[in-house]
Amino acid sequence: MGFFPHLLLAILEGTVAAAVLALSALGLSLVFGVMRVVNVAHGEFFMLGAMLAWFVAKSVPGGPAAGFVVALIVAPLAVGALAFVTERLLLRRINYDPEATIVATIGLMFVIQQLALTVFGADAKAVSAPFTYRIALPWFGFSGYKLFVVLASVALLLGVWWVLAKTKLGLIMRVTQFDRETATAFGIPVNQVYSAVFVAGAALVAIAAVLIVPIQQAHYLMGLDPLLMSFIVVIIGGLGSIKGSVIAAIIIGLSDGIISMFFSPTLASIIATLAVALVLVFRPQGLFGVPAR
Amino acid sequence: MTARVLLLHGAVIVALFLLQFVASDYAVLTATRIMVLAVYALGYNILFGYAGLLSLGHAMFFATGLYAAALGVTRLGMAVPEAFLFAAVCGVIVSTVIGLIALRASGVAFMIVTLMFSQAAFLTVLYFGDITRGDEGIVIKDDQRVFSLFGHVVNLADPVLRYNIALVFLALAIAACLAVVRSKIGHVLVAIRENENRTAMLGYDVKRYKLIAFVLSGSFAAFSGAAYALLFAYAGSTLASIQYSIHPLLWTLLGGAATVLGPVLGTALMFLLVDFASGFTSASLLFVGVVLILLVLFFPKGILGTLRQRLWRWLP
Amino acid sequence: MTVLLETRGLSKNFGGLKAVSDVNFRVEKGEVRAVIGPNGAGKTTFVSLISGRIAPSAGTILFEGEDVTELPAYARVQKGIAYTFQITSIYQNLSVAENVALAAHQPGGRASLEPLARVGLADRASQIAGTLAYGHQRLLEVAMGLALKPKLLILDEPTQGLSDAEIDNFITLVRDVARDETVLLIEHNMPLVMELAHRITVLDRGSILAEGTPQEVHANAAVQAAYLGTG
Repeated sequence: MGFFPHLLLAILEGTVAAAVLALSALGLSLVFGVMRVVNVAHGEFFMLGAMLAWFVAKSVPGGPAAGFVVALIVAPLAVGALAFVTERLLLRRINYDPEATIVATIGLMFVIQQLALTVFGADAKAVSAPFTYRIALPWFGFSGYKLFVVLASVALLLGVWWVLAKTKLGLIMRVTQFDRETATAFGIPVNQVYSAVFVAGAALVAIAAVLIVPIQQAHYLMGLDPLLMSFIVVIIGGLGSIKGSVIAAIIIGLSDGIISMFFSPTLASIIATLAVALVLVFRPQGLFGVPAR
Repeated sequence: MTARVLLLHGAVIVALFLLQFVASDYAVLTATRIMVLAVYALGYNILFGYAGLLSLGHAMFFATGLYAAALGVTRLGMAVPEAFLFAAVCGVIVSTVIGLIALRASGVAFMIVTLMFSQAAFLTVLYFGDITRGDEGIVIKDDQRVFSLFGHVVNLADPVLRYNIALVFLALAIAACLAVVRSKIGHVLVAIRENENRTAMLGYDVKRYKLIAFVLSGSFAAFSGAAYALLFAYAGSTLASIQYSIHPLLWTLLGGAATVLGPVLGTALMFLLVDFASGFTSASLLFVGVVLILLVLFFPKGILGTLRQRLWRWLP
Repeated sequence: MTVLLETRGLSKNFGGLKAVSDVNFRVEKGEVRAVIGPNGAGKTTFVSLISGRIAPSAGTILFEGEDVTELPAYARVQKGIAYTFQITSIYQNLSVAENVALAAHQPGGRASLEPLARVGLADRASQIAGTLAYGHQRLLEVAMGLALKPKLLILDEPTQGLSDAEIDNFITLVRDVARDETVLLIEHNMPLVMELAHRITVLDRGSILAEGTPQEVHANAAVQAAYLGTG
């Protein structure tokens, strides 16, 4: 295989990586945007979504496609329910204090991770894709399901953007994001909005996990990567800006694909994490955000 | 310094010294480990407890000392005392550089910046797997741990000797912490934690004080890492992972942030809890998570912090 | 008379908004100078520039003849420019004595309690600052300013939220302070300014509108139009 087929493969894989990044970061971005808290257990919500996808695929008869559809319903519901309880019993009690929230959700991260280890065991679990069509290119074949993930990711992002920008619910969220006191003055039930946003963020990452798990594997330690990747995307894109997150996901996904292909995946991750730290220090509003008021 | 402060801290050291005569071999080993890691927690507490800066990336400093010492002994042909010195110097350099960058951020951004730097450091350890041997780790041979000091031959493989060396380190670390906390620096750090703006407007160079706290804390971590590598003859990438950034936070919170002995107590209790738990479950980190959540919700001042509030106002 | 503080062409823009524009301003050693002006006149921005809390867009600041424009806030405090916050900013969780000790740069040590005595809080030294009544917290703020032994004490709206009796006390206190130190007073309360200030500078829309003795300023037609209404 020559250089150009290699590059094409790198770009294709990079596009898939970008879609995966944008999908996993969407929930975190939404939660941070509206509530101004960082949920460190975000990656564990992802892991739970993937584990549920595996569990459903194993227990639902009718092949991978049926399991996939059922998982798309069950995983967001179950993870959303867990997020609801978390918001009530944890975040609300510490009054959404940003630092305490991080420490508490670190605790939650360990709890979910270790419970998953106890319940599901330590071995990696493969989940088959709902369909196995391969696109034949002159130099190599490429998984049709991966391209489906890209399309699904675009659809989900557009959907969330539409809710935020065009609906009354989105308006309420944006007012709450702007200023909690103003929102209260307008009669917006801030607590319920927070609760809904936290649940929605968790449900989104669970959907992302169900979509992504066929191209990875489910494992109880898999949550750390999407967590760090979400941080990277959300911070480089500008905290709370979905548009910025998408642009960042594309940049990072593509460069990750290319660096991983020609050098090493670890080097790609080192560069990305360093970039985040430096962006946060020298341009805290993110590369595409505007400075805070 | 008041007599009862000296008495309390002295008594803790004496009690730990006497412990070796009654404890089992296994308990001596566990206590050695606790004392080495308590040095890490003591340093973490200077930054988190006193200066109010919550770092999620101290594993990078612990790992700096760990690998500097391990590689110094195994690859650079250093004797053990040289390796300690080398690790300490590396700790000061790394924490100064990272501090100068990370301290430009504050609050949640500071937490994430430190987390990211630490993750980059962890990945770097994996990337240079040929040298660090990654997950598997570097094992230091017994003959590399024998050295002579003032004409005496010292062998770090001897558990009792090892215990007493760890005890000396712990005693030095506690004394250093007490000195810092009761000095002008310690008081200014508390002032920065309580009200950073006001402290700057009283004419204190806040950035410089924060950097001092950061470097002190990072150097304690590196020294503890070096002690860990040399006393237990091992340096592996797990010790550089995020988990090892969370541990000192948990130990400090449990024992009581901004109390000198809190981190020591917290390290010991958490070690015993995990040790006890691993007897019947492989998911011992579950307890780490549960304790963290309970502390944040119900017990934010930790054990000694609450004791100080209720009973002993004089506790440093 | 010697000039203690001087600004030359001092300006600060926020985006397109000129919060302070081309201000040439002098304070003599030993005087009590008031800066007044309607809301949004740029008073707070102006003192923030002097104290170094924000950096100017243009112009220079001289203190005792030395250019301090590039100095960070803490270094200006060390030179003798003390700032007391408009919104009380004390160490709520520390004792009153430790608050003053920090200001005197002797934290944890046996700092002099004289500044507390001057504001009348000597008997509350061991109390936790956050448990003081609001008026007393304002006084503690001033005591911390005094403990810095400044050459120039900037009081940013010090009487905001104080009762009439507390304001009377405060007038006595500032008179007392002004015997040793130069005071720059940012105030809304006109009767207080008229009573305390040797000279008054009136800011309006970021520029100096008028300057003079209280009588001159009060008689100035432009000031009356812009700020005092019909007097």
